[in-house]
Amino acid sequence: MFEDFFKVVKKRFNDGSDEDERETFKCPRCQSSVLLERYEELHRVCPNCNYHGRLSASERIAITVDRDSFKELDAEMVSGNPIGFPLYAEKQQELREKTGLKDSVVTGTATIKGSPAVIGIMDSHYMMASMGSVAGEKITRAFEYATENSLPVIMFTASGGARMQEGIVSLMQMAKTAGAVKLHSDNGGLYITVMTDPTTGGVTASFASLGDIIIAEPKVLIGFAGRRVIESTIKQKLPDDFQLAEFQHEKGFVDMIVERRKMRSTLSHLLKLHGYYPQEKEV
Amino acid sequence: MDNKKSAWERIQLVHTKGRPTINDYIPLIFTDFYEMHGDRLYGDDKAIMGGIARLNGMPVTIIAQVKGRDIKENKTCNFAMPHPEGYRKALRLARQAEKFHRPIICFIDTPGAFCGISAEERGQGEAIAKNIAEFMTLHTPIISIILGEAGSGGALALGVCDELAMLENSQYSVLSPRGFASILWKDASREQEASEIMRITAEDMVSLGVAETIIEEPLGGAHNDLDKISENIKEYLSLKIPEKCKKDIDVLLKERYTKFRKIGEFTE
Repeated sequence: MFEDFFKVVKKRFNDGSDEDERETFKCPRCQSSVLLERYEELHRVCPNCNYHGRLSASERIAITVDRDSFKELDAEMVSGNPIGFPLYAEKQQELREKTGLKDSVVTGTATIKGSPAVIGIMDSHYMMASMGSVAGEKITRAFEYATENSLPVIMFTASGGARMQEGIVSLMQMAKTAGAVKLHSDNGGLYITVMTDPTTGGVTASFASLGDIIIAEPKVLIGFAGRRVIESTIKQKLPDDFQLAEFQHEKGFVDMIVERRKMRSTLSHLLKLHGYYPQEKEV
Repeated sequence: MDNKKSAWERIQLVHTKGRPTINDYIPLIFTDFYEMHGDRLYGDDKAIMGGIARLNGMPVTIIAQVKGRDIKENKTCNFAMPHPEGYRKALRLARQAEKFHRPIICFIDTPGAFCGISAEERGQGEAIAKNIAEFMTLHTPIISIILGEAGSGGALALGVCDELAMLENSQYSVLSPRGFASILWKDASREQEASEIMRITAEDMVSLGVAETIIEEPLGGAHNDLDKISENIKEYLSLKIPEKCKKDIDVLLKERYTKFRKIGEFTE
Protein backbone atom coordinates (compact mmCIF):
# COMPACT_ATOMS: atom_id res chain seq x y z
CA MET A 1 0.00 0.00 0.00
CA PHE A 2 2.71 2.50 0.89
CA GLU A 3 4.86 1.54 -2.11
CA ASP A 4 1.87 2.32 -4.29
CA PHE A 5 1.53 5.71 -2.74
CA PHE A 6 5.16 6.56 -3.44
CA LYS A 7 4.73 5.45 -7.01
CA VAL A 8 1.80 7.78 -7.45
CA VAL A 9 3.66 10.70 -5.93
CA LYS A 10 6.82 10.01 -7.91
CA LYS A 11 4.91 9.73 -11.12
CA ARG A 12 3.14 12.98 -10.51
CA PHE A 13 6.39 14.84 -9.83
CA ASN A 14 8.20 13.39 -12.83
CA ASP A 15 5.46 13.90 -15.38
CA GLY A 16 6.17 16.59 -17.91
CA SER A 17 8.74 18.51 -15.90
CA ASP A 18 11.74 19.79 -17.83
CA GLU A 19 15.15 19.95 -16.23
CA ASP A 20 14.90 23.73 -16.19
CA GLU A 21 11.46 23.88 -14.72
CA ARG A 22 11.97 21.97 -11.57
CA GLU A 23 8.97 21.96 -9.25
CA THR A 24 8.96 24.21 -6.25
CA PHE A 25 7.15 24.19 -2.92
CA LYS A 26 5.59 27.43 -1.78
CA CYS A 27 5.71 27.69 2.01
CA PRO A 28 2.28 28.59 3.41
CA ARG A 29 3.88 30.45 6.34
CA CYS A 30 6.68 32.59 4.83
CA GLN A 31 5.48 32.37 1.20
CA SER A 32 9.00 31.65 -0.02
CA SER A 33 9.54 29.18 -2.85
CA VAL A 34 11.81 26.22 -2.23
CA LEU A 35 12.90 23.60 -4.75
CA LEU A 36 10.63 20.65 -4.10
CA GLU A 37 13.64 18.35 -4.20
CA ARG A 38 15.32 20.33 -1.43
CA TYR A 39 12.08 20.50 0.61
CA GLU A 40 11.70 16.73 0.38
CA GLU A 41 15.34 16.21 1.31
CA LEU A 42 14.63 18.19 4.49
CA HIS A 43 11.66 15.89 5.21
CA ARG A 44 9.28 18.68 4.21
CA VAL A 45 10.60 21.41 6.49
CA CYS A 46 10.85 24.93 5.05
CA PRO A 47 14.56 25.92 5.08
CA ASN A 48 13.59 29.56 5.29
CA CYS A 49 11.13 29.73 8.24
CA ASN A 50 11.22 26.21 9.74
CA TYR A 51 7.51 25.52 8.99
CA HIS A 52 7.04 21.77 9.36
CA GLY A 53 5.01 20.67 6.35
CA ARG A 54 2.62 17.78 5.88
CA LEU A 55 3.99 14.25 5.64
CA SER A 56 2.15 11.20 4.40
CA ALA A 57 1.55 8.44 6.94
CA SER A 58 4.22 6.29 5.30
CA GLU A 59 6.78 9.10 5.35
CA ARG A 60 6.03 9.67 9.05
CA ILE A 61 6.42 6.02 9.88
CA ALA A 62 9.71 5.85 7.98
CA ILE A 63 11.32 8.68 9.97
CA THR A 64 9.84 7.78 13.37
CA VAL A 65 9.90 4.08 14.16
CA ASP A 66 12.54 1.36 13.99
CA ARG A 67 13.01 -0.11 10.53
CA ASP A 68 10.54 -2.91 9.76
CA SER A 69 9.01 -2.67 13.24
CA PHE A 70 5.64 -1.20 12.17
CA LYS A 71 2.78 -3.68 12.14
CA GLU A 72 -0.43 -2.15 10.93
CA LEU A 73 -3.72 -2.74 12.75
CA ASP A 74 -7.12 -2.81 11.02
CA ALA A 75 -5.51 -2.20 7.63
CA GLU A 76 -8.55 -3.18 5.60
CA MET A 77 -11.21 -1.08 7.30
CA VAL A 78 -13.25 1.11 4.97
CA SER A 79 -16.10 3.47 5.62
CA GLY A 80 -19.81 2.92 5.07
CA ASN A 81 -22.15 5.77 4.25
CA PRO A 82 -24.12 6.27 7.48
CA ILE A 83 -26.29 9.18 6.36
CA GLY A 84 -26.43 8.17 2.70
CA PHE A 85 -24.52 11.22 1.57
CA PRO A 86 -24.59 11.58 -2.22
CA LEU A 87 -21.42 10.44 -4.04
CA TYR A 88 -19.57 9.75 -0.75
CA ALA A 89 -18.67 6.19 -1.73
CA GLU A 90 -17.45 7.30 -5.15
CA LYS A 91 -15.31 10.08 -3.72
CA GLN A 92 -13.71 7.65 -1.28
CA GLN A 93 -12.99 5.12 -3.99
CA GLU A 94 -11.26 7.80 -6.02
CA LEU A 95 -9.16 8.91 -3.05
CA ARG A 96 -8.20 5.37 -2.16
CA GLU A 97 -6.80 4.90 -5.64
CA LYS A 98 -5.05 8.25 -5.60
CA THR A 99 -3.46 7.99 -2.15
CA GLY A 100 -3.15 4.26 -1.57
CA LEU A 101 -4.79 4.84 1.80
CA LYS A 102 -8.09 3.29 2.93
CA ASP A 103 -9.05 6.30 5.06
CA SER A 104 -7.43 9.16 6.95
CA VAL A 105 -5.75 7.27 9.78
CA VAL A 106 -3.11 4.53 9.90
CA THR A 107 -2.63 2.72 13.22
CA GLY A 108 -0.30 -0.01 14.33
CA THR A 109 2.34 -1.21 16.75
CA ALA A 110 6.02 -0.40 16.43
CA THR A 111 9.18 0.15 18.39
CA ILE A 112 11.08 3.43 18.73
CA LYS A 113 14.76 2.78 19.55
CA GLY A 114 13.48 -0.49 20.92
CA SER A 115 10.66 0.87 23.10
CA PRO A 116 7.28 -0.57 22.15
CA ALA A 117 4.29 1.68 21.43
CA VAL A 118 0.96 1.85 19.67
CA ILE A 119 1.20 4.51 16.95
CA GLY A 120 -1.48 6.39 15.06
CA ILE A 121 -0.86 8.75 12.16
CA MET A 122 -3.45 10.95 10.50
CA ASP A 123 -2.75 11.68 6.84
CA SER A 124 -4.03 15.02 5.60
CA HIS A 125 -3.85 13.84 1.99
CA TYR A 126 -7.05 11.86 2.59
CA MET A 127 -10.04 14.25 2.88
CA MET A 128 -7.93 16.58 5.03
CA ALA A 129 -7.71 13.76 7.59
CA SER A 130 -11.28 14.38 8.65
CA MET A 131 -12.61 11.98 11.29
CA GLY A 132 -15.47 9.70 10.36
CA SER A 133 -16.43 6.14 11.29
CA VAL A 134 -13.15 4.58 10.21
CA ALA A 135 -10.84 7.09 11.89
CA GLY A 136 -12.97 6.95 15.06
CA GLU A 137 -13.04 3.16 15.15
CA LYS A 138 -9.34 2.69 14.38
CA ILE A 139 -8.22 5.24 16.98
CA THR A 140 -10.59 3.75 19.57
CA ARG A 141 -9.31 0.24 18.85
CA ALA A 142 -5.70 1.46 19.03
CA PHE A 143 -6.29 2.81 22.54
CA GLU A 144 -8.21 -0.31 23.59
CA TYR A 145 -5.37 -2.50 22.28
CA ALA A 146 -2.86 -0.37 24.19
CA THR A 147 -4.94 -0.63 27.37
CA GLU A 148 -5.20 -4.42 27.11
CA ASN A 149 -1.48 -4.79 26.42
CA SER A 150 -0.24 -2.04 28.79
CA LEU A 151 1.37 -0.13 25.94
CA PRO A 152 1.87 3.62 25.51
CA VAL A 153 0.13 5.43 22.63
CA ILE A 154 1.66 8.06 20.35
CA MET A 155 -0.81 9.86 18.08
CA PHE A 156 0.40 12.09 15.25
CA THR A 157 -2.67 14.27 14.84
CA ALA A 158 -3.73 16.25 11.79
CA SER A 159 -7.28 16.99 10.79
CA GLY A 160 -9.68 19.48 9.35
CA GLY A 161 -12.17 18.17 11.93
CA ALA A 162 -15.23 15.96 11.77
CA ARG A 163 -16.10 14.28 8.46
CA MET A 164 -19.12 16.30 7.34
CA GLN A 165 -20.27 13.61 4.92
CA GLU A 166 -21.02 11.30 7.86
CA GLY A 167 -23.16 13.85 9.67
CA ILE A 168 -23.82 13.27 13.36
CA VAL A 169 -22.04 9.91 13.22
CA SER A 170 -18.75 11.78 12.77
CA LEU A 171 -19.48 13.94 15.83
CA MET A 172 -20.00 10.78 17.89
CA GLN A 173 -16.47 9.62 17.00
CA MET A 174 -15.24 12.40 19.29
CA ALA A 175 -17.01 10.76 22.25
CA LYS A 176 -15.87 7.31 21.22
CA THR A 177 -12.17 8.22 20.90
CA ALA A 178 -12.08 10.47 23.98
CA GLY A 179 -13.75 7.69 25.98
CA ALA A 180 -11.09 5.18 24.90
CA VAL A 181 -8.33 7.66 25.82
CA LYS A 182 -9.90 8.08 29.28
CA LEU A 183 -9.95 4.33 29.95
CA HIS A 184 -6.33 4.03 28.76
CA SER A 185 -5.37 6.90 31.06
CA ASP A 186 -7.28 5.48 34.05
CA ASN A 187 -5.32 2.27 33.48
CA GLY A 188 -2.06 4.20 33.91
CA GLY A 189 -1.08 4.25 30.24
CA LEU A 190 1.09 6.99 28.75
CA TYR A 191 -0.38 8.93 25.84
CA ILE A 192 1.74 11.36 23.83
CA THR A 193 0.09 13.60 21.26
CA VAL A 194 2.23 14.99 18.46
CA MET A 195 0.25 17.77 16.81
CA THR A 196 1.11 18.19 13.15
CA ASP A 197 -0.23 20.48 10.46
CA PRO A 198 -3.17 21.13 10.78
CA THR A 199 -4.79 19.90 14.01
CA THR A 200 -8.22 21.50 14.23
CA GLY A 201 -11.95 21.11 14.91
CA GLY A 202 -13.39 17.94 16.37
CA VAL A 203 -10.00 16.26 16.61
CA THR A 204 -8.62 19.13 18.70
CA ALA A 205 -11.84 18.95 20.75
CA SER A 206 -11.40 15.25 21.49
CA PHE A 207 -8.44 12.84 21.64
CA ALA A 208 -5.76 15.27 20.36
CA SER A 209 -6.05 17.55 23.40
CA LEU A 210 -6.03 14.70 25.90
CA GLY A 211 -2.38 13.65 25.76
CA ASP A 212 -0.44 13.37 29.01
CA ILE A 213 2.26 15.11 27.02
CA ILE A 214 1.41 17.31 24.06
CA ILE A 215 4.16 17.97 21.52
CA ALA A 216 3.76 20.16 18.45
CA GLU A 217 5.90 20.57 15.37
CA PRO A 218 7.10 24.14 14.66
CA LYS A 219 4.72 26.55 12.90
CA VAL A 220 1.87 24.04 12.50
CA LEU A 221 -1.74 25.19 12.78
CA ILE A 222 -3.55 24.14 15.97
CA GLY A 223 -7.01 25.33 16.96
CA PHE A 224 -10.67 24.56 17.45
CA ALA A 225 -12.51 26.97 15.17
CA GLY A 226 -11.26 27.68 11.68
CA ARG A 227 -9.58 30.98 10.95
CA ARG A 228 -12.20 32.10 8.44
CA VAL A 229 -15.05 31.25 10.80
CA ILE A 230 -13.50 33.38 13.53
CA GLU A 231 -12.77 36.22 11.14
CA SER A 232 -16.35 36.26 9.94
CA THR A 233 -17.63 36.17 13.55
CA ILE A 234 -15.49 39.03 14.81
CA LYS A 235 -15.35 40.90 11.48
CA GLN A 236 -11.61 41.54 11.60
CA LYS A 237 -8.47 39.93 10.29
CA LEU A 238 -6.51 37.72 12.64
CA PRO A 239 -2.76 38.11 13.20
CA ASP A 240 -0.53 35.77 11.16
CA ASP A 241 0.73 33.84 14.16
CA PHE A 242 -2.78 33.15 15.52
CA GLN A 243 -3.30 29.43 16.29
CA LEU A 244 0.24 28.41 15.36
CA ALA A 245 2.06 25.90 17.54
CA GLU A 246 4.05 28.71 19.15
CA PHE A 247 0.81 30.52 20.07
CA GLN A 248 -0.62 27.37 21.69
CA HIS A 249 2.68 26.83 23.53
CA GLU A 250 2.55 30.41 24.82
CA LYS A 251 -1.09 29.94 25.94
CA GLY A 252 -0.25 26.73 27.78
CA PHE A 253 -1.88 24.12 25.59
CA VAL A 254 1.31 22.57 24.19
CA ASP A 255 4.11 21.19 26.39
CA MET A 256 6.92 21.44 23.90
CA ILE A 257 7.70 22.28 20.32
CA VAL A 258 9.98 19.68 18.82
CA GLU A 259 11.66 19.75 15.43
CA ARG A 260 11.15 16.82 13.14
CA ARG A 261 14.82 15.84 13.19
CA LYS A 262 14.67 15.51 16.98
CA MET A 263 11.25 13.85 17.20
CA ARG A 264 12.39 10.24 17.21
CA SER A 265 14.96 10.72 19.96
CA THR A 266 12.56 12.88 21.99
CA LEU A 267 9.84 10.23 21.81
CA SER A 268 12.34 7.54 22.68
CA HIS A 269 13.50 9.45 25.77
CA LEU A 270 9.95 10.15 26.91
CA LEU A 271 8.94 6.50 26.51
CA LYS A 272 11.93 5.39 28.58
CA LEU A 273 11.26 8.04 31.23
CA HIS A 274 7.89 6.36 31.69
CA GLY A 275 9.40 2.90 32.01
CA TYR A 276 8.83 1.66 28.46
CA TYR A 277 12.25 0.16 27.74
CA PRO A 278 13.32 -2.06 24.88
CA GLN A 279 11.86 -5.45 25.63
CA GLU A 280 14.90 -7.60 24.92
CA LYS A 281 17.17 -5.80 27.37
CA GLU A 282 15.27 -4.73 30.46
CA VAL A 283 17.10 -2.01 32.39
CA MET B 1 -47.48 14.28 17.69
CA ASP B 2 -47.22 16.59 14.72
CA ASN B 3 -46.74 14.40 11.76
CA LYS B 4 -43.50 14.56 9.80
CA LYS B 5 -42.36 18.13 9.88
CA SER B 6 -39.34 18.53 7.65
CA ALA B 7 -35.95 19.25 9.19
CA TRP B 8 -36.14 22.76 7.76
CA GLU B 9 -39.58 23.39 9.31
CA ARG B 10 -38.24 22.24 12.65
CA ILE B 11 -35.27 24.59 12.39
CA GLN B 12 -37.69 27.48 11.86
CA LEU B 13 -39.83 26.22 14.73
CA VAL B 14 -37.08 26.09 17.35
CA HIS B 15 -36.09 29.61 16.36
CA THR B 16 -39.64 30.89 16.87
CA LYS B 17 -39.77 33.73 19.34
CA GLY B 18 -41.23 32.40 22.56
CA ARG B 19 -39.66 28.94 22.30
CA PRO B 20 -39.17 28.05 25.99
CA THR B 21 -35.63 28.19 27.37
CA ILE B 22 -34.07 26.61 30.46
CA ASN B 23 -35.11 29.63 32.49
CA ASP B 24 -38.76 28.86 31.70
CA TYR B 25 -38.45 25.18 32.51
CA ILE B 26 -36.58 25.18 35.82
CA PRO B 27 -39.41 26.55 38.03
CA LEU B 28 -41.93 24.19 36.43
CA ILE B 29 -39.84 21.02 36.70
CA PHE B 30 -37.67 21.49 39.79
CA THR B 31 -37.87 22.99 43.29
CA ASP B 32 -35.23 24.58 45.54
CA PHE B 33 -32.97 25.61 42.66
CA TYR B 34 -29.70 27.19 43.74
CA GLU B 35 -27.52 28.47 40.93
CA MET B 36 -23.73 28.13 41.20
CA HIS B 37 -21.29 30.38 39.42
CA GLY B 38 -17.82 30.24 37.90
CA ASP B 39 -15.21 27.72 36.90
CA ARG B 40 -12.79 28.75 39.74
CA LEU B 41 -10.16 29.32 37.06
CA TYR B 42 -11.13 32.30 34.97
CA GLY B 43 -14.70 33.52 35.27
CA ASP B 44 -18.41 32.85 35.03
CA ASP B 45 -19.83 32.12 31.60
CA LYS B 46 -23.51 33.02 31.36
CA ALA B 47 -23.98 30.78 28.31
CA ILE B 48 -23.93 27.77 30.63
CA MET B 49 -25.75 27.81 33.95
CA GLY B 50 -25.65 25.19 36.62
CA GLY B 51 -26.73 24.44 40.13
CA ILE B 52 -28.50 22.16 42.55
CA ALA B 53 -32.23 21.54 42.75
CA ARG B 54 -34.75 18.91 43.67
CA LEU B 55 -36.64 16.68 41.27
CA ASN B 56 -39.64 15.21 43.11
CA GLY B 57 -37.73 15.86 46.32
CA MET B 58 -34.50 14.21 45.17
CA PRO B 59 -31.35 16.38 44.94
CA VAL B 60 -29.99 16.64 41.39
CA THR B 61 -27.37 18.74 39.60
CA ILE B 62 -28.57 20.77 36.63
CA ILE B 63 -26.20 21.95 33.88
CA ALA B 64 -27.77 23.87 31.02
CA GLN B 65 -27.00 26.01 28.01
CA VAL B 66 -28.87 29.28 28.21
CA LYS B 67 -30.70 30.85 25.29
CA GLY B 68 -31.97 34.37 25.74
CA ARG B 69 -35.63 35.19 25.33
CA ASP B 70 -34.85 38.62 23.94
CA ILE B 71 -31.86 40.56 22.64
CA LYS B 72 -30.86 41.76 26.07
CA GLU B 73 -30.82 38.26 27.53
CA ASN B 74 -29.05 36.97 24.46
CA LYS B 75 -26.30 39.54 24.84
CA THR B 76 -25.74 38.36 28.40
CA CYS B 77 -25.71 34.67 27.54
CA ASN B 78 -23.89 35.16 24.22
CA PHE B 79 -26.69 33.47 22.24
CA ALA B 80 -25.98 30.24 24.12
CA MET B 81 -22.49 29.95 22.64
CA PRO B 82 -20.22 29.01 25.55
CA HIS B 83 -16.59 29.95 26.12
CA PRO B 84 -14.13 27.46 27.64
CA GLU B 85 -14.93 28.71 31.16
CA GLY B 86 -18.54 27.64 30.62
CA TYR B 87 -17.48 24.08 29.88
CA ARG B 88 -15.06 24.15 32.81
CA LYS B 89 -17.85 25.34 35.11
CA ALA B 90 -19.96 22.44 33.84
CA LEU B 91 -17.17 20.00 34.66
CA ARG B 92 -16.69 21.49 38.12
CA LEU B 93 -20.39 21.07 38.91
CA ALA B 94 -20.44 17.58 37.41
CA ARG B 95 -17.57 16.50 39.66
CA GLN B 96 -19.40 18.04 42.61
CA ALA B 97 -22.45 15.97 41.67
CA GLU B 98 -20.32 12.84 41.57
CA LYS B 99 -18.87 13.63 45.00
CA PHE B 100 -22.28 14.08 46.58
CA HIS B 101 -23.93 11.23 44.67
CA ARG B 102 -26.37 13.43 42.80
CA PRO B 103 -27.52 12.47 39.30
CA ILE B 104 -26.76 15.05 36.60
CA ILE B 105 -29.30 16.47 34.17
CA CYS B 106 -27.85 18.37 31.20
CA PHE B 107 -30.02 20.58 29.03
CA ILE B 108 -28.48 21.19 25.60
CA ASP B 109 -29.53 24.23 23.62
CA THR B 110 -26.70 25.76 21.60
CA PRO B 111 -25.78 26.59 18.02
CA GLY B 112 -22.23 25.61 19.00
CA ALA B 113 -19.27 26.63 21.10
CA PHE B 114 -18.23 30.27 20.57
CA CYS B 115 -15.75 30.85 17.76
CA GLY B 116 -13.59 33.81 18.73
CA ILE B 117 -10.10 34.90 19.71
CA SER B 118 -10.64 34.71 23.46
CA ALA B 119 -12.24 31.27 23.22
CA GLU B 120 -9.24 29.99 21.25
CA GLU B 121 -6.75 31.63 23.62
CA ARG B 122 -8.34 29.92 26.58
CA GLY B 123 -8.47 26.51 24.93
CA GLN B 124 -11.94 25.86 23.56
CA GLY B 125 -10.82 22.57 22.08
CA GLU B 126 -9.17 21.41 25.29
CA ALA B 127 -12.20 22.38 27.41
CA ILE B 128 -14.61 20.41 25.22
CA ALA B 129 -12.26 17.42 24.95
CA LYS B 130 -11.84 17.31 28.72
CA ASN B 131 -15.60 17.34 29.34
CA ILE B 132 -16.24 14.57 26.84
CA ALA B 133 -13.55 12.35 28.36
CA GLU B 134 -14.44 13.09 31.99
CA PHE B 135 -18.21 12.72 31.57
CA MET B 136 -17.57 9.26 30.12
CA THR B 137 -16.43 7.96 33.51
CA LEU B 138 -18.27 10.17 36.02
CA HIS B 139 -19.56 7.82 38.70
CA THR B 140 -23.09 9.15 38.73
CA PRO B 141 -26.03 8.88 36.32
CA ILE B 142 -26.21 11.50 33.54
CA ILE B 143 -29.29 12.29 31.46
CA SER B 144 -29.06 14.86 28.66
CA ILE B 145 -32.02 16.53 26.99
CA ILE B 146 -31.83 18.59 23.80
CA LEU B 147 -34.28 21.48 24.06
CA GLY B 148 -33.85 23.22 20.72
CA GLU B 149 -30.69 23.06 18.68
CA ALA B 150 -27.56 21.09 19.48
CA GLY B 151 -24.62 22.09 17.35
CA SER B 152 -21.31 20.31 17.11
CA GLY B 153 -18.71 19.70 19.82
CA GLY B 154 -20.18 22.57 21.79
CA ALA B 155 -23.28 20.42 22.34
CA LEU B 156 -21.44 17.13 22.77
CA ALA B 157 -19.52 18.66 25.70
CA LEU B 158 -22.80 18.27 27.65
CA GLY B 159 -23.92 15.26 25.65
CA VAL B 160 -21.92 12.34 26.98
CA CYS B 161 -24.63 10.65 29.04
CA ASP B 162 -26.43 7.45 29.92
CA GLU B 163 -29.41 8.42 27.89
CA LEU B 164 -30.12 11.26 25.46
CA ALA B 165 -33.65 12.57 25.03
CA MET B 166 -34.71 15.13 22.44
CA LEU B 167 -37.73 17.37 22.33
CA GLU B 168 -39.74 16.38 19.29
CA ASN B 169 -38.71 19.33 17.14
CA SER B 170 -35.13 19.70 18.34
CA GLN B 171 -32.09 18.98 16.16
CA TYR B 172 -28.62 17.61 16.66
CA SER B 173 -25.96 18.20 14.04
CA VAL B 174 -22.23 18.08 13.37
CA LEU B 175 -22.46 21.74 12.39
CA SER B 176 -25.16 24.12 11.25
CA PRO B 177 -26.76 23.35 7.87
CA ARG B 178 -25.48 26.73 6.78
CA GLY B 179 -21.91 25.84 7.70
CA PHE B 180 -22.34 22.42 6.12
CA ALA B 181 -23.49 23.94 2.80
CA SER B 182 -20.73 26.49 2.93
CA ILE B 183 -17.99 23.90 3.51
CA LEU B 184 -19.17 21.13 1.21
CA TRP B 185 -20.75 23.11 -1.60
CA LYS B 186 -19.10 26.51 -1.05
CA ASP B 187 -22.61 27.97 -1.03
CA ALA B 188 -24.18 28.86 2.32
CA SER B 189 -27.49 29.71 0.66
CA ARG B 190 -28.13 25.99 0.11
CA GLU B 191 -28.76 25.54 3.86
CA GLN B 192 -32.30 24.23 3.44
CA GLU B 193 -31.09 21.51 1.09
CA ALA B 194 -28.28 20.71 3.56
CA SER B 195 -30.73 20.45 6.46
CA GLU B 196 -32.67 17.73 4.64
CA ILE B 197 -29.58 15.71 3.70
CA MET B 198 -27.76 15.92 7.04
CA ARG B 199 -30.24 13.87 9.10
CA ILE B 200 -30.62 16.08 12.13
CA THR B 201 -34.13 15.39 13.49
CA ALA B 202 -34.98 13.54 16.70
CA GLU B 203 -36.24 10.56 14.65
CA ASP B 204 -32.93 10.49 12.76
CA MET B 205 -31.01 10.48 16.04
CA VAL B 206 -33.02 7.56 17.41
CA SER B 207 -32.51 5.56 14.22
CA LEU B 208 -28.74 6.29 14.24
CA GLY B 209 -28.43 5.21 17.90
CA VAL B 210 -27.49 8.71 19.05
CA ALA B 211 -30.67 9.43 21.06
CA GLU B 212 -32.93 7.05 22.99
CA THR B 213 -36.12 9.00 23.60
CA ILE B 214 -38.26 11.63 21.90
CA ILE B 215 -40.25 13.89 24.22
CA GLU B 216 -43.52 14.91 22.62
CA GLU B 217 -44.19 18.62 22.14
CA PRO B 218 -47.64 20.21 22.29
CA LEU B 219 -49.40 20.72 18.96
CA GLY B 220 -47.53 23.34 16.95
CA GLY B 221 -44.47 23.29 19.19
CA ALA B 222 -43.25 23.74 22.77
CA HIS B 223 -44.04 27.47 22.81
CA ASN B 224 -47.78 26.75 22.49
CA ASP B 225 -48.10 25.17 25.92
CA LEU B 226 -45.25 25.68 28.39
CA ASP B 227 -47.05 23.78 31.19
CA LYS B 228 -47.61 20.76 29.00
CA ILE B 229 -44.06 20.53 27.63
CA SER B 230 -42.63 21.01 31.14
CA GLU B 231 -44.90 18.23 32.38
CA ASN B 232 -43.68 15.94 29.59
CA ILE B 233 -40.04 16.64 30.43
CA LYS B 234 -40.69 16.10 34.14
CA GLU B 235 -42.53 12.87 33.48
CA TYR B 236 -39.58 11.60 31.43
CA LEU B 237 -37.05 12.56 34.12
CA SER B 238 -39.20 11.11 36.90
CA LEU B 239 -39.11 7.79 35.12
CA LYS B 240 -35.46 7.78 33.98
CA ILE B 241 -33.57 9.26 36.93
CA PRO B 242 -34.71 6.62 39.48
CA GLU B 243 -34.18 3.91 36.86
CA LYS B 244 -30.55 4.97 36.27
CA CYS B 245 -29.90 5.54 39.99
CA LYS B 246 -30.92 1.96 40.75
CA LYS B 247 -28.32 0.54 38.38
CA ASP B 248 -24.98 -0.75 39.58
CA ILE B 249 -22.54 2.04 38.75
CA ASP B 250 -20.07 -0.25 36.96
CA VAL B 251 -22.84 -1.58 34.74
CA LEU B 252 -24.02 1.97 34.08
CA LEU B 253 -20.51 3.11 33.06
CA LYS B 254 -20.02 0.13 30.83
CA GLU B 255 -23.33 0.83 29.10
CA ARG B 256 -22.44 4.52 28.74
CA TYR B 257 -19.15 3.63 27.04
CA THR B 258 -20.84 1.07 24.81
CA LYS B 259 -23.57 3.50 23.77
CA PHE B 260 -20.96 5.65 22.01
CA ARG B 261 -18.53 2.82 21.25
CA LYS B 262 -20.90 1.16 18.81
CA ILE B 263 -21.70 4.24 16.69
CA GLY B 264 -20.05 4.16 13.27
CA GLU B 265 -20.46 2.41 9.95
CA PHE B 266 -17.57 0.54 8.36
CA THR B 267 -16.58 -2.77 6.84
CA GLU B 268 -13.29 -4.68 7.00
